[in-house]
Amino acid sequence: MADLQFSDARADDEEIGAIDSLVGEPAVMRQGERLVRGGLSRRRASRHLLLPGLHLLQNSKGWISPGGLNYLAEVLQVPPAEAYGVASFYDLFETEEPSQPGPRHRVCVDPSCAVAGSAELILELREAGCQVHESPCLGQCDRAPAMFIQELGKPDNVPADADGLVHRQQGSPALRLLKRFGVTDPSDLDSYRSHGGYNALNLALDMGPEAVLDQLTASGLSGRGGAGFPTGRKWRSVAAATSESKHIVANADESEPGTFKDRLILENDPFAVIEAMTIAGVTTGSRHGWVYIRGEYPLATERLTRAIESARASGLLGTNIAGSNHSFDIEIRRGAGAYICGEETALFNSIEGRRGEPRNKPPFPTTSGLFGEPTVINNPETLINVLEILDRGVDEYRALGTDLSPGTKLFCVSGHVGSPGLYETPFGTPLGQLLEMAGGVTGSLQSILMGGAAGRFVGPEMLDLPLTLEDAAARDTTLGSGAITVFSTEVDMGNIVRRLAKFFRDESCGQCVPCRIGTTRQHEVLLQITDKGPDAAQRQLLDDISAVMSDASICGLGHTAASAVQSALDLGLLQADMS
Amino acid sequence: MTQQDVSEVSVHINDTAVTVEQGTTLLQAARLAGVEIPTLCWAENLTPVNACRLCVVEQEGTRALIPSCSRLCEDGIRVETDSDRVRHSRRMILEFLASTNDLSQSAELQEWAESYQIDLDRYISPEKNNDEVKIEDDLFVRAYDRCVLCYKCVEACGDDAQHSFAIAIAGRGFDARVSTEYEVELPESACVYCGNCVGVCPTNALQFKVEFDLRESDEWRPEDQSTTETICSYCGVGCSLELHTQNNQIFKVTSPSDHSVTSGHLCIKGRFGWQYVHAPKYEPSKKS
Ligand SMILES: Cc1cc2nc3c(=O)[nH]c(=O)nc-3n(C[C@H](O)[C@H](O)[C@H](O)COP(=O)(O)O)c2cc1C
Ligand code: SF4
Ligand code: SF4
Ligand code: SF4
Ligand code: FES
Ligand code: FES
Repeated sequence: MADLQFSDARADDEEIGAIDSLVGEPAVMRQGERLVRGGLSRRRASRHLLLPGLHLLQNSKGWISPGGLNYLAEVLQVPPAEAYGVASFYDLFETEEPSQPGPRHRVCVDPSCAVAGSAELILELREAGCQVHESPCLGQCDRAPAMFIQELGKPDNVPADADGLVHRQQGSPALRLLKRFGVTDPSDLDSYRSHGGYNALNLALDMGPEAVLDQLTASGLSGRGGAGFPTGRKWRSVAAATSESKHIVANADESEPGTFKDRLILENDPFAVIEAMTIAGVTTGSRHGWVYIRGEYPLATERLTRAIESARASGLLGTNIAGSNHSFDIEIRRGAGAYICGEETALFNSIEGRRGEPRNKPPFPTTSGLFGEPTVINNPETLINVLEILDRGVDEYRALGTDLSPGTKLFCVSGHVGSPGLYETPFGTPLGQLLEMAGGVTGSLQSILMGGAAGRFVGPEMLDLPLTLEDAAARDTTLGSGAITVFSTEVDMGNIVRRLAKFFRDESCGQCVPCRIGTTRQHEVLLQITDKGPDAAQRQLLDDISAVMSDASICGLGHTAASAVQSALDLGLLQADMS
Repeated sequence: MTQQDVSEVSVHINDTAVTVEQGTTLLQAARLAGVEIPTLCWAENLTPVNACRLCVVEQEGTRALIPSCSRLCEDGIRVETDSDRVRHSRRMILEFLASTNDLSQSAELQEWAESYQIDLDRYISPEKNNDEVKIEDDLFVRAYDRCVLCYKCVEACGDDAQHSFAIAIAGRGFDARVSTEYEVELPESACVYCGNCVGVCPTNALQFKVEFDLRESDEWRPEDQSTTETICSYCGVGCSLELHTQNNQIFKVTSPSDHSVTSGHLCIKGRFGWQYVHAPKYEPSKKS
């Protein structure tokens, strides 16, 4: 790389301190006018520290100043234009000095919070003189309307975290994935171990990689992050890859509106994710683990950090884990407000200190993932299923659910139900029964959004739908991330649909033309529709936009950006006089 | 490597069988078969970024369309380069761009817009890119209202040619832009004025100041223009230059992108040598 050029903007002491703490020593020494990089940090510093560094700058100053960015970019040897390109990609980073000091309140305006009164909350906060930003779904749809607060020099704060877990199924013997929720102490490794923790890792070490892969394949487990790819096949490809360095990534970026399961898993059972990742590591021969966790999840991050430390202290992470000859360790990376970074290849770029723009596939992550190396990437719910499969054995695991959708599934039920929350049920449970578990519909049912913004609306006639992958596909809907958002007839669905279109317009990474401009045009047309619904020309245009986005976009965001809108049009949800 | 070591693959392009070396893209194979596919973000001297999606084709048995500029031929696959779905996607992409940007200085895009029969009237007050032109020196201007975000300039400034990394994509979504850090003016940035970004820009968003001034003052006369080929005389490398002139005034210097020495890329001397010594706003000493 050529010698980098920097502007004259200088970092102040706070910014320098923040970055030095990241690389572990004064990384750059000032000798007169010249900056000299220290030896050790020069070796250790690398671009994947860019995202953590930007978090530190944002927190120390309330924004990312040109001086702070220069210092960070110099330490990590990243061209400043590229570092700025990265900083300006994320919602949680400000690249302009805030006009108003004080804490920044981010209030969710996505569907579950909109129907729970987020507009009123925003008004109240503004009247009280608070600085308010409208936010996409904050993954707290079970306690809508949701809020997240950033404040100078203080840890990010979710006020609702103080209330603790209220879980309707707590302690029920029918639970598998949620069996430890509210039962064990998530900060205590012994508590985890006394409830079956680390049994599966011992089994995996005893039976060896081949047997683990066979069990995974036989279990029929498929990915819970939305795409439903067979997990056994994914692990097997990485196990077979001949590479010095491979990676296990837990995708806890959870930003699909209506989804909050991964937050609750990491808050209530963090050791389970660590154990499952470790099993993935020893099974595929990967030493490096990464958890990419949503920036808006401070409590989950804190608990996971502590759990990783205590697992390391007990020899369950690091070299020779659990007395074996395997090594495996985990690093955490916090996202910074970008739905697209949940897309696996965008996530890799984000960790690598690049803009969260998805890569073209092929090549796939199993051959060219993080840092271009073979990578297993899984959703936390997928990962904790592995523990159940090994603990119970394949037969008992498959005793619940259906042949094509074995086991249990987590559903995030929110909106107009009596008890919004996370529910575990065997695959095949009818949709109506799940809503009853969640306290029943409050009011009279108008429609249900299945699978979040990337999913589809269905009407009351779908209450008999058995919740399986195959039934959902056969009836032209999806389980997606497991988000189930319920709307009563009180709701003006036009507002909800326009908001979903706005969500995609805001969250498109902007890389490809069909999605960058298509999401904008789709939103514009929806804003122009009257409450009689679209006229023929508007409908034609929406269909044309939908086709190019789903046919020609690079990634799943563009492919699904018209899915919910199209289903709402087909159900006539945009005609106010329909209901 | 001997002849036998090169493995070959066969693909069907619109029912024509083509046999090519492994590692050939579908775009290259199509051209061998005499089939034209429009491209915007692809260039032979840059790494494909697959961003514009204009080059998509339909592969039998695959749900989404695939970018031909970067997808490698796999033995036995069949692709359609002009199916209804392909034509629809291309037309929409051209409508999207034309509804957003000023494409008046890109002859190619205008031709395609016509042949794919785009209809702009159906977009009611679409948000546009109305960025003001950036004039920060006497060498070239940046008119990002014409920028289609093809990433070519970023690549030419970075890994693919210049390694200056003066510009990158900043922001996100519809608001994404090519930018220096904090949008500082180009003379304040790492720019070394090689002009390689200008050389690859397909929409004339980046153009020489001389050309810009001619157009602004209504003195742009394509009929009075000609191109002269020569070799750069500044050093011993021997870069080939194309001098674009109007009435003997140079308004642009390029190098052929298939030239073995330059791959189309030059340095400040070849690109602007005829004027940079006179450029009052550019101070090379700043960048020592
Ligand atoms: C726009 C977009 C956002 C995504 N967000 C997430 C996410 O937040 N969490 C997740 O696990 N998968 C997400 N995915 C899916 C991932 O790309 C990937 O398929 C998944 O993490 C693989 O894990 P699994 O096989 O365990 O499901 C997203 C995909 C797209 C296209
Ligand atoms: S589809 Fe959208 S989010 Fe995905 S790469 Fe294209 S612009 Fe980015
Ligand atoms: S002139 Fe050269 S250095 Fe300057 S921005 Fe263009 S490509 Fe980069
Ligand atoms: S300025 Fe030109 S080369 Fe650069 S991205 Fe825009 S259109 Fe492409
Ligand atoms: S937190 Fe508001 S919709 Fe999810
Ligand atoms: S030319 Fe292939 S995507 Fe742009």
